[in-house]
Amino acid sequence: MTESIATPLQSTVDPVVELRGITVEFPGVRALDDVDFRLFPGEVHALIGENGAGKSTLIKALTGVCDIDAGEIYLNQAPVRFASPKAAQAAGISTVYQEVNLCPNLTVAENILLGREPRRFGAIDGRAMRERARTVLERMGLAIDPGSALGDYPIAVQHLVAIARAVEIESRVLILDEPTSSLDASEVAELFRIIRVLRNQGTAILFVSHFLEQVYEISDRMTVLRNGRRVGEYLPGDLSRVELVSAMLGRELRVLEEIERVAATGGDAAGRVPVIRVDGLGRTGAIEPVDLEIHEGEVVGLAGLLGSGRTELARLLFGADHSSSGEIRVDGRVVHLHNPRAAIAVGIAFCSEDRKGEGLIADLSIRDNLILAMQASRGWPRPIPRRVKDELVQRYIRALDIRPANPDTLVRNLSGGNQQKVVLARWLIVEPRLLILDEPTRGIDIGAKAQIQKLVTDLATDGLAVVFISAELEEVLRISDRVVVLRDRRKIAELRSADTDVDAVMSLIARGHGAPEQREAV
Amino acid sequence: MISPLSRQLVSRARESRLTWPLLALLALLVANVIATPTFFNVRFQNGHLYGSLIDILKNGAPTLLIALGMTLVIATRGIDLSVGAVVAIAGAVACSSIATADDPSSPAAALVGMALALGLCAVLGLWNGFLVAVLGIQPIIATLVLMTAGRGIAMLITDGQIITVNNDSYARVGAGFWLLPVAILISMSVFVVVGLVTRRTALGMLIESVGINPEASRLAGVRSRTIIWTVYVFAAVCAGIAGLMISSNVRAADANNAGLWIEMDAILAVVIGGTSLAGGRYSLTGTLIGALIIQTLTTTVYTAGVAPEVTLVFKAVVVIAVCLLQSAKARAALGRLSRRSRSRPAAVTSRPAACARPGRDGAAERPEDPTAVPTQKASHS
Repeated sequence: MTESIATPLQSTVDPVVELRGITVEFPGVRALDDVDFRLFPGEVHALIGENGAGKSTLIKALTGVCDIDAGEIYLNQAPVRFASPKAAQAAGISTVYQEVNLCPNLTVAENILLGREPRRFGAIDGRAMRERARTVLERMGLAIDPGSALGDYPIAVQHLVAIARAVEIESRVLILDEPTSSLDASEVAELFRIIRVLRNQGTAILFVSHFLEQVYEISDRMTVLRNGRRVGEYLPGDLSRVELVSAMLGRELRVLEEIERVAATGGDAAGRVPVIRVDGLGRTGAIEPVDLEIHEGEVVGLAGLLGSGRTELARLLFGADHSSSGEIRVDGRVVHLHNPRAAIAVGIAFCSEDRKGEGLIADLSIRDNLILAMQASRGWPRPIPRRVKDELVQRYIRALDIRPANPDTLVRNLSGGNQQKVVLARWLIVEPRLLILDEPTRGIDIGAKAQIQKLVTDLATDGLAVVFISAELEEVLRISDRVVVLRDRRKIAELRSADTDVDAVMSLIARGHGAPEQREAV
Repeated sequence: MISPLSRQLVSRARESRLTWPLLALLALLVANVIATPTFFNVRFQNGHLYGSLIDILKNGAPTLLIALGMTLVIATRGIDLSVGAVVAIAGAVACSSIATADDPSSPAAALVGMALALGLCAVLGLWNGFLVAVLGIQPIIATLVLMTAGRGIAMLITDGQIITVNNDSYARVGAGFWLLPVAILISMSVFVVVGLVTRRTALGMLIESVGINPEASRLAGVRSRTIIWTVYVFAAVCAGIAGLMISSNVRAADANNAGLWIEMDAILAVVIGGTSLAGGRYSLTGTLIGALIIQTLTTTVYTAGVAPEVTLVFKAVVVIAVCLLQSAKARAALGRLSRRSRSRPAAVTSRPAACARPGRDGAAERPEDPTAVPTQKASHS
């Protein structure tokens, strides 16, 4: 695929950076698997992929932040290996991270030249410093006083100063990791203007963003990653948005097709009181007000790209964040979920997408992790009797096939799939009415994935209401009775899984409007 | 109740964490016996037990008490710097209450004084807990407030004087005997009670859970605020009991010097005992051993006739040695070093290398944490 693309640049210019067969492994995870990537001078190359696709790891591998297990890096055709980010910077590769890491208390000029201050008689030459800063700011077309404190400017300008710092180093390669995530539309326009100026001056720019619109607006070339592998290298003109979304989300292996969702119960739901019903539930800046009801035995999928509001909605349902509007009814009664305890008390459980950060207690045993939620709701003075505990732990280790089956194993030593099962089992033990699963199958091996999907459908058959979030649309459609499609922090459609397919949902996600909104008649 | 397999595993895990502190303690004791052959002698006289070992336990009682409270605080990722000041306040309140009582020598006056002191300490613990758990102030800063202000409060209570009391009931707490010194009995009972309460209920597990991953604990419905609050109150009450002990031992309240720098000894005891300052898994037995090491060290300094000018340096050297022995990295480096120099006797060469291994899957897990972080971040690309 790579070879078939010809750009005017390619015939005359060699890539400034080329990665060949890069593999990076972290304990238990292969973050990058045999990935090729090239970057030409004077181009903006977008790196695209969902959460966990390996974008950050690729940047870290390139800039010497993390070690490479296999593969080579070539800088101007010469093999290199950077031991540290500093070495990469010395070789002309500058990175501007999502969070500005500059000193707000110093002046703009001091920040731009931090660590490379011009000296005169051994002391820092303030005037020369301001002059050099002014030169580079002018080159970027920025009207900022180099002598003013950086902290006085909004984050957007600080971001531009961070870029100015990279430009001053005369970087041949500029890496921008999610530069637009905290910027508004006009600030993005300003950033793009500067990116174009730099590109025209011959700088190679690696651009990472979740926003597809911006990717199409600014990039000359795109590389898509999925699950640590390179899907392909494309020119924006050759790839439609739907094709891009499809490349990002991928088509699931047929192995999983065996799971057939039996007889969706959505049809006879009319008239019954839903387990949970939300009216206008929203949170400013996170998710626009949403209406939703979920009945017993029903699986509702949330589909949408990262940042579409799918996780934000799940957290509101669990009381992990405070809502700024709307009402939640459980069994018809209004409840106030001001913290997770309140949600657990009414029978709601939530498996976070951030398994390590928000799910596991890594240094505790499987046993302690399994009973944590139940013990927490009983309170510490009432320990679960040893016999009951052992019985529960054994039962769930067996039911979910957690390996190793020894309850004393620390969960940090388990594989991703088994860790996910531990978090799941922790919630099943408290016998919830509504189970919210945020990306329960991400980053785990195919076998565990199939087991978890099977478990979810079985639980629903037994009457559990489930909210299922996944970046993989096929998975969402296969498991769910209904799918709620989210885009740009808004619910844009609610469809019966039986009445739709992956392509229809993809085009909804990619376009948002255009496709008629199909509402399910509940 | 516990299956034999899990008991075996649990005891093995305990061992790996406690082995080095225990060996250090034994080495110190052996060094003392060599220096003073009568070191292990315990005499029975007038119904009391006397001896260097008894002295170590008695003089180490306040440090042990405070270190027990500190262990639980540190397990929640916190720290309590105010315990030394609380020691001073407890003594000040008790002594001034007894001194101003109608009958300053009656047992009732002693009881009232001690109850008042412990009550106030609990309130001070509530204050610390409020700053940390409710206002979310970093523990080191939050407890620094009371650390600096506390001695001032104690001075206010004592009017800047050293208050002496003549109350036999009160004196019994720190200097009394009941076969063994009462101070030992008190500290050991607190040790046993805390062990039972945290390990026989779910408190210990929830404390560790909050210390290891606060956000995951919150999402699992753990009342982390209450738990954090509880440990700070407990730490302050422990410091209060220690304060009563110290002031009762000298029958006086010294707002300036009572419990001065004892927080440092307590933190050291916890760390030597194998509880990480990063929070999470804790070991009360480890803390007990740590407190004994520190007290034995102090006693050694006196009995071995180390010059007072170098006492602190001597202590520091031993503490550094113990900490290095606990660090898997240091042990591995030591192993490499000794393997390289073949001229040394085989026994020295083989020991550190062999011991580096159990650490790797036990206590040494922590240093590997940094490698786990990129994984997590990578999944957020």
